[in-house]
Amino acid sequence: MFEVTTDFLVVDELSKSFGGVKALDRLGFPVVQGEVLGIIGLNGSGKTTLVNVITGFIRPDSGHVRFRGKEITGLPPEKISGLGIARTFQTVRPFHHLPAFKNLIVPLYSSRIRSAAGGGRWGDRDAVALDLLEEVGFERDSAVPYKPAAALPHGYLRRLELARCLALRPEVIITDELFSGLSSSEVGSLMPLMERLRERGITLMMVEHRLRELFQLAGRVIVMEQGRKIAEGPPQAIVADKAVRETYLGAEL
Amino acid sequence: MAKRRERIDRPIKVLSEDIYALESVSRMIYVAAPSVFPILFLLLLPLFTPSLYMQRVLILTAVYALLALSWDFIAVATGLVSLGQALFFGVGAYSAAILNLHFGLPPMVTLVVSTLGGAAIATALVAPCLPLRGIYFAMTTLVYPLLLARAIEATAVLGGTDGLVGIASFPNVWVERYLVLVFVLGATFALRRLLRTDFGLVMRSISDNDQAVRASAINITVYKLIAVYLASALGCFAGAYFTHLYMFVGLSAFSLDLSILPIACAVIGGMGTLVGPVLGAFILVPLAEMVRDLGTLRIVFYSLLLVALVLFKPEGLMNFLHRKYQQIERWVQV
Ligand SMILES: Nc1ncnc2c1ncn2[C@@H]1O[C@H](COP(=O)(O)OP(=O)(O)OP(=O)(O)O)[C@@H](O)[C@H]1O
Ligand SMILES: [Mg+2]
Repeated sequence: MFEVTTDFLVVDELSKSFGGVKALDRLGFPVVQGEVLGIIGLNGSGKTTLVNVITGFIRPDSGHVRFRGKEITGLPPEKISGLGIARTFQTVRPFHHLPAFKNLIVPLYSSRIRSAAGGGRWGDRDAVALDLLEEVGFERDSAVPYKPAAALPHGYLRRLELARCLALRPEVIITDELFSGLSSSEVGSLMPLMERLRERGITLMMVEHRLRELFQLAGRVIVMEQGRKIAEGPPQAIVADKAVRETYLGAEL
Repeated sequence: MAKRRERIDRPIKVLSEDIYALESVSRMIYVAAPSVFPILFLLLLPLFTPSLYMQRVLILTAVYALLALSWDFIAVATGLVSLGQALFFGVGAYSAAILNLHFGLPPMVTLVVSTLGGAAIATALVAPCLPLRGIYFAMTTLVYPLLLARAIEATAVLGGTDGLVGIASFPNVWVERYLVLVFVLGATFALRRLLRTDFGLVMRSISDNDQAVRASAINITVYKLIAVYLASALGCFAGAYFTHLYMFVGLSAFSLDLSILPIACAVIGGMGTLVGPVLGAFILVPLAEMVRDLGTLRIVFYSLLLVALVLFKPEGLMNFLHRKYQQIERWVQV
């Protein structure tokens, strides 16, 4: 039913074991350009490992990742992010000692962005960084963008992760539990931003535990269990799927 | 009634990152003093140290300041702890000797060539260790100078245990005295400046979180290589300078002291501040010389001082002074 043929982003027969644990077990699926793809699964089902393999932080034991028809398996993270596949981390990773907006100088200084912007002098990047922070919901005229990242509340750090992705002008953003640790109202305020990103044509692959919000955004959801895909479909079908309800959703819906 | 100390930043209006609202001459002096006075002091110092011994202590201090600066820069820019500053020093020292003895180059030329070329050699040696983390990187850098010293000893190349003698000295005593001091000042200033640019900001971010930098489409290996090259250039210059100063180079150019003492200087002066380690060298090295007569006991003295400073001012002198200078403290009722 979902045999989408595409050469955008393709995950093909990925396997990865840690000792005896099969974190990924011949996992494969295509990601369609412009879609919001949700990835759900119990703790330890291999979601973060999947993100790490796609973004080059972990080498798979076997299998392939292809982007726009090109093999990207085993490329280092800086190459893959340089191709426009950005990611957030499950545990936020800000540059603590830098003011929030200066955190974005790092991706803005990458050759991907510098070559696109035709150079750009020292200091010019600050203005771009402040714009990006405003886009993800930092109050422009407040002191927040200038505070050291170490002093920011968790909600802002999640937004900062997103801003770091956006600074790369990505084609794909892969989020790893972006909503976790946020209150419902904080997640609510992030929703319009995610909608805007989708409207801008950015492909989103979202690993989430917050199903209610994910199901509003995602056009398609993949359910993982022990490194394998056990179900796939639009959110309504996933909610209705008997096997999924039993193993995963049970108590939650 | 409980009291607590409150700290307030001194009221300097900041217009932009480095333009201050200079409302008066006194304020201008307040802003400029912390850099102008130490620089003047350093530059005048050779004029007021008449004895040869004092001159030599001053030079030794400057050499250790360079190594401490080199150590600190690697730490700030890559997050790596190097235990091998002696590698840089030794490579620079032997390069200068070879260039002078075998190719007949004059000291000022060997200094430039062994700083730039020696740094390339040292960087090439360290490069394979760059992906290592923490203790593993520290260990490999510690081993390099020992390994090179033993290799020279065993194969008896480059003078073996006798070292190389008859190396040309500097054209005159003023060049000798000022060269290293000016280099310390210039290098400190330049590296501080570099770390404030966007390029330097990326470097500092690597030590904070290398994964996030890699996820930002930046090749951290390139940045680490550049950082190590700059740091090893400082060490190589120090080594080459020392070779011409003493007209001799031997296995002591790889001695462990050259790796360890700079770290102590950096810890005392304030890690990560660049200026702090230089300051630390100016305290620790003369002190170490003063107590040299105590023989082995000096190690005890010297270790006690280190422990005391780390215990009571773990932030390092530089951060402490900076805070005292920039902030007004007062006691307030809680
Ligand atoms: N670096 C590693 N070393 C050893 N085992 C690992 C490593 N990373 C993951 N694993 C194991 O692989 C399995 C999948 O882990 P993964 O982090 O991908 O799960 P996850 O779906 O992201 O879980 P969570 O929802 O808790 O984030 C788990 O059993 C985990 O213990
Ligand atoms: Mg995970």
